[in-house]
Amino acid sequence: MKKYTDQGAKDTRSGFGAGLSELGKTNPNVVALCADLTGSLKMNAFADAHPERFYQVGIAEANMMGIAAGLTIGGKIPFTGTFANFSTGRVYDQIRQSIAYSGKNVKICASHSGLTLGEDGATHQILEDIGLMKMLPGMTVINTCDFNQTKAATIAIADYDGPVYLRFGRPKVANFTPADQKFEIGKALLLQEGTDVTIAATGHMVWKALEAAESLAAQGISAEVLNFHTIKPLDEEALLNSIRKTGALVSAEEHQMAGGLGESLAGVLARKHPAPQEFVAVNDSFGESGKPEELLEKYGLSSPAIVEAAKKVLKRK
Amino acid sequence: MTDIKDLQKISSQTRRDIVRMVHAVQSGHPGGSLGCTEFFVALYHHIMEYKASPFDPDGKNEDLFFLSNGHISPVYYSVLSRAGFFPVSELNTFRKIDSRLQGHPTTHEGLPGIRIASGSLGQGMSVAIGAALSKKQNQDPHLVFSLHGDGELQEGQIWEAAMFAAAHKVDNLISTIDANGQQIDGATDNVLPMGNLAQKFEAFGWDVLSVDKGNDMAAVVEGLEAAKARTGKGKPVAVILKTDMGAGVDFMAGTHEWHGIAPNDEQLAAALGQLEETLGDY
Repeated sequence: MKKYTDQGAKDTRSGFGAGLSELGKTNPNVVALCADLTGSLKMNAFADAHPERFYQVGIAEANMMGIAAGLTIGGKIPFTGTFANFSTGRVYDQIRQSIAYSGKNVKICASHSGLTLGEDGATHQILEDIGLMKMLPGMTVINTCDFNQTKAATIAIADYDGPVYLRFGRPKVANFTPADQKFEIGKALLLQEGTDVTIAATGHMVWKALEAAESLAAQGISAEVLNFHTIKPLDEEALLNSIRKTGALVSAEEHQMAGGLGESLAGVLARKHPAPQEFVAVNDSFGESGKPEELLEKYGLSSPAIVEAAKKVLKRK
Repeated sequence: MTDIKDLQKISSQTRRDIVRMVHAVQSGHPGGSLGCTEFFVALYHHIMEYKASPFDPDGKNEDLFFLSNGHISPVYYSVLSRAGFFPVSELNTFRKIDSRLQGHPTTHEGLPGIRIASGSLGQGMSVAIGAALSKKQNQDPHLVFSLHGDGELQEGQIWEAAMFAAAHKVDNLISTIDANGQQIDGATDNVLPMGNLAQKFEAFGWDVLSVDKGNDMAAVVEGLEAAKARTGKGKPVAVILKTDMGAGVDFMAGTHEWHGIAPNDEQLAAALGQLEETLGDY
């Protein structure tokens, strides 16, 4: 099994910017919209290279979602860019009616998700967006783990016909997936094989899951690590294959426990292969201001928290 | 060119369709539908260039229409069916289970003629702007039309869209406001007065024209033709169309009472007695 190493910390939002920039060169139907956060979303390269395909909508996210829905009529592939909070909760009804129910090929690209937005605090740190989006019929929900994967996912979703929610973040984090790895929507990645416990992680928590697995190995516990970059559609087979072997699950995500990846995985286990599960997630709480790593530690989203959850779930086997 | 008298005949049949559809399922929105009949008939039988069949959801190289106030689906469905998008007999399925004619219009069941779901108010202008931008991207010279209720203008997204359309010079868009002065809870002036709509759109940078007789077919056709002539000049075009809610059925006209209720058997008979069957009932 490949051992993953950090190729140098980078932010996932820059992966989005790089992917969008490449799409600008390769796919003339790709258009982009931004609600006054072009720099934060790293959309400048696309905007500068293709001003005729870039729409600055101002601070008006509801309008942005509607315009994006309309742009699909006539074959355009719109990518909207703003913070995750303003990409989901603020515009839920617009997404529900004009995009999801209407089956429009809009790519909702959301940066600054979760606690790692940091100092701006809880008004901007959405921890409910995966739940909001996965509840919408027909919506694909993706939460990428690093720069390379975010770039690959950005490119991949342009080739998929249907609404997509692509979630990424602000801070520089370990960049460890291969730069040439093709992104397959709905296909979880087995990062490390193990026999005692399965750790299923998404987004920024994937690297922490790998760190936790290393720590567990030092303590004689063999952990299998799965990267669930796609929360919907969920790769049930990947989960079940792993759980049939390990018999215990730890889910890890930078999101509320309610509505997140862990809840989706628990549903699969309940229906098809009951097994004990521990949740590394925010437990019914808003965030607060602070440095990203401080916040992750305070709210129990750290490698040691995953290790503790693994030990706890092993006792329940 | 279609004769005004022919358009009036289609309007009479459309009104019969509306009251019959709503009566059949004892639900739906007859008031706004009746008030906008002349607008819809003029649009689909005289103003717009389009291909009804086979229906192309992408709508390239044709004029497009978006209904933002989706609750007036009865008039939309009647006019679409009689323009050839789907069989007129399907009007019989309105609001029933397994129908493509949902309470509010949707693409979800694949009804030809519909390109976006609407019902939750305030979203259609943004969608119409997007479709208009798509046409500009595709160098397609055709126009995009949208219709909005006046009460719907209380939704904030409308004004986000209005600001954007002027700033980005979306001049291939004609947005019509059904100014009937009524909404569910009563007169718009009592619920939330909106002041001078024409001045508001002008202040937002639109080219505005008013049609004071929105239930007079000749006046509607003239107004929409004038609006078409004002496209392509750097500004989105707004038409303030003054209509009577419930127009064409005397006891339904001029009141918000018939916004969302259906006639009973006697009321249906009375309404049909006022509306000549010109194209054959479905």
